Amino acid sequence: MTKAMEKKEGAVLVVGGGVAGVQAAMDLTGLGYYVYLVEKAPTVGGAMAMLDKTFPTNDCSL
Amino acid sequence: MVEAGRSPNIELLSNTDFLALDGKPGAFTARVRVRPRYIIPEKCTACGMCAQYCPRHLVDGYNEGLALTRPIHIDYPQAVPASYFIDPKACMYLKNGTCMICLSVCQTRAINFDQQAEERELHVGAVVMAPGFGRIPDSALEKYSYGAHPDVVTSLEFERMLCASGPFEGKLLRLSDRRHPKSLAFIQCVGSRDLGCDNGYCSSVCCMYAIKEALVAKEHEPELDITIYYIDMRTQGKGFDAARIRAEDKGIKFVRARVAEVMPWGQQLKLAYSTLDGGHFFKAYDMVVLAVGLDAPADAAKLAQSAGFALNHYDFCQTTTFSPLQSSRAGVVVAGAFQGPKDIPESVTQSSAVAGLVSALTKQERGKGYVIKTYPQEQQVSDDEEVRIGVFVCHCGVNIAGVVDVPSVDQYVEGMEGVVFHAQSLYSCSQDAQEVLKQKIKEHRLNRVVIAACSPRTHEPLFQETLKDAGLNRCLFEMVNIRDQCSWVHANEPQAATFKAKDLVRMGIAKARHIKPLPEQTVSVIDKALVIGGGIAGLTAALSLADQGFLTSLVEKQPHLGGHLHDARYTLRGDDTAKILKNLINQVRKHQNIEVYLSSELGQITGYVGNFSSQIKGKKTDDQTTIVEHGVIVIATGGREHRPPRVLDAPIKYSDRVLTQNDLERRLAGRARNRAPGLVVMIQCAGSRGDDLSYCSKQCCNEAVKNALKIKEINPAAQVVVLYRDLRTYGYAEDAYREAREKGVLFIPYSLDPKPKLNAEGKAPEVAFYDPILREEVTLAPDLLVLSTGIVPEDTEELSKLLKVPITSDKFFLEAHVKLRPVELPVAGVYVCGLAHSPQPVEEIIVQAQAAAAKAAIPMVKGHVLVEPTVSTVDQPSCIGCGICEALCPYQAIRMIKDEKNKRKAETITASCKGCGICASHCPVFAISMGGFTDEQIKAQIKAFGAS
Repeated sequence: MTKAMEKKEGAVLVVGGGVAGVQAAMDLTGLGYYVYLVEKAPTVGGAMAMLDKTFPTNDCSL
Repeated sequence: MVEAGRSPNIELLSNTDFLALDGKPGAFTARVRVRPRYIIPEKCTACGMCAQYCPRHLVDGYNEGLALTRPIHIDYPQAVPASYFIDPKACMYLKNGTCMICLSVCQTRAINFDQQAEERELHVGAVVMAPGFGRIPDSALEKYSYGAHPDVVTSLEFERMLCASGPFEGKLLRLSDRRHPKSLAFIQCVGSRDLGCDNGYCSSVCCMYAIKEALVAKEHEPELDITIYYIDMRTQGKGFDAARIRAEDKGIKFVRARVAEVMPWGQQLKLAYSTLDGGHFFKAYDMVVLAVGLDAPADAAKLAQSAGFALNHYDFCQTTTFSPLQSSRAGVVVAGAFQGPKDIPESVTQSSAVAGLVSALTKQERGKGYVIKTYPQEQQVSDDEEVRIGVFVCHCGVNIAGVVDVPSVDQYVEGMEGVVFHAQSLYSCSQDAQEVLKQKIKEHRLNRVVIAACSPRTHEPLFQETLKDAGLNRCLFEMVNIRDQCSWVHANEPQAATFKAKDLVRMGIAKARHIKPLPEQTVSVIDKALVIGGGIAGLTAALSLADQGFLTSLVEKQPHLGGHLHDARYTLRGDDTAKILKNLINQVRKHQNIEVYLSSELGQITGYVGNFSSQIKGKKTDDQTTIVEHGVIVIATGGREHRPPRVLDAPIKYSDRVLTQNDLERRLAGRARNRAPGLVVMIQCAGSRGDDLSYCSKQCCNEAVKNALKIKEINPAAQVVVLYRDLRTYGYAEDAYREAREKGVLFIPYSLDPKPKLNAEGKAPEVAFYDPILREEVTLAPDLLVLSTGIVPEDTEELSKLLKVPITSDKFFLEAHVKLRPVELPVAGVYVCGLAHSPQPVEEIIVQAQAAAAKAAIPMVKGHVLVEPTVSTVDQPSCIGCGICEALCPYQAIRMIKDEKNKRKAETITASCKGCGICASHCPVFAISMGGFTDEQIKAQIKAFGAS
């Protein structure tokens, strides 16, 4: 197992890549931060990506 | 999502486990383990060849096990990162050392079986926990024959079945015999409000998604008979009740009952249910959908332990009413369903709010690690240069190609004037398609791009960004919507839809020949904020902005801060409201970044995002007027308890015997000996949900339960009767509802036909109603008749005119997008929170205020905003100065100036212009033209119509 160390200032960790995590990451970058977005699944999107449409406007969820 | 994948400031670590957190706020070290994906994402083009050759099957988790995939796969084509992944638990090579077929078929050599797990240490200032929610255990579903019968499915499985790109391509079929069901039942509160599986809370989302799924199913199968079995219909959000009424209008039945079990019954499923009046019934259905709730994440305990914060008794993150997003460990904040079950808009709001909290916590660190995205030098496209158009026609999976003959549309453009390249794509919005687009622009020296796909409303920014990445001005782009306008509206006429798609594409190309690059401008932003309203929402927003380092002016029309929260005495969780509010007011008053204007109002306001100038005037005539320059505005004007003159058609005279929940709370907090008398009757939805106000006020059920419990605490012998329609103690408030029932508070539902009869004018109030349990008319003469009267917004109409921002028919401010932009208003630089947005309990108000403060801080942090290039321009020599455009502009984006010859001329304030085109279409001398929609372009487009 390899180990990497990184020194980066002004970074924030977001655990979870569902709609909440992705939105938090986006807003944090808007506020001037560098974000590590950690997701345990191979792709982000979480449960929202599984939804067909959203209530009550029936927008596509992707 | 794609946007997050493209951001240079987000390092996406997917397939990664969070291991541990050491250190303190501002200086944390997090340890994570990146598991191997056995694919090099930079090389993978998501072509899918590997999955075609992979010999093994794997149950597809993304499709809820309803379909098969391969050990090497991608969940869905728009996935981020757009890279395949090998499941080590299923891959033959990784398990047994055989196969390796994929290795030889991958053209880009993206597969690497030597990848090892890698541990990384990340240095971060703060941590946001957003792990979402978990699944309700199957054991809680067994009594409904889930697992035993294939036609009993969970709502998430049903969602996949309805999805056009799902396992059945959107066809509604029974799993048992692949036939269309004729009847369908939804069972609500499966795994929620259920102590049997230790989930005493309400999951707060199932009622909404059940209605949505029922409506979508009805769209697929208009003849389908759908019944929703529910305990309480908890559609308390903004505009949600309207969707329920729409569902009823479409023929979806709602039955208030508890379903005991579901048993196989021949070809069907038999539901056994009992209604409130004690009746037991059976009914058979072709299919049953279980509306499963949201459980705590399966690894919540491990996560809490490794990050060092506490969980609540349901294994969700522990927080408090007045710090709803702060975990028990400083520097670790929480957002989304892990904070408590909630829907998408609330999750999104919480996410913005935590971003603001982090920004206040680590403001010294801000900008230090920020990477500024650079674009290649923009290629000059002059007027006399050869037009080279590239056309891309999107399948959108089957969403477009299922109706429109995409290959023939693609072939159709061959040889058209200016078209030098054309192609089809499966999903033109996917990450790999952007790479293809960039490559084709370079390869064929394209200087105009036409994409025939979905709606520019959602996807134009994405494609324009790709153009910029390829060195093209983003306005050299034209989008043709062949999804909404062809495959959706003409779903039953594929030939006509294809014909129309060709028409639209031809028109798009005709316009594209005339489009020109437009400059992108930026406007500087004054880094000061104005917050209107000094209640809990305004105080919270101002404090958050000030803590993030921005000077904030707080305007309050009353002579004191705190608003209507002064009327509250305690919360459902037992907080001392007065003490907390006093503390908050002190913080605001002492904060060096906040200037408070009491007894003041917003007089006039001019300017636009980044550069507003507001006149703050005292309410007394001799008071001074102050001019404040600021970049953003947060509206937090609040709301107040409604006092309807009539309730359930009966006139009301408020007195010490007939009062509102607020009045009752004050009385209960007092010292009078008989403050909790023998018999109290509460009426829910008094004046709400169609009685006087059309909407649900979301917090009255909680208030009623809170006060009922207080009465029981003061006088255990007191009898409290709550007459309700749907008891909406969503989330953890369900605990309090249960406690109230256990303590003997009687909750009796009432119907609107016939309505309960009130006599509430004299000294002896009376209530007569039908009791469905006793099955008879009951008349009570309570000591106190308490009306749960709901919330109305405060003075939104005036402010909406002043700021030119829209309000709903219920007079609340209308947000830019209900799901994804819940605290932004359509006018740039203006944000809303609290009761001015919608009725909600105090915990949600605080979150929304923090979210509005975070969103408002974004332009101030950046220091500038980008202006859309599609704005109007006035050709001043032709302008006759009539002023029609200035009067008509809904965004105050046109002003009249004097030119050097002292003649009146119109001028566009580009920062405020939204590009709506009203000015251009009304100009009597055609002096105004719209960027991207010039007369020349539109004429070319119209001419091409029907040219075939």
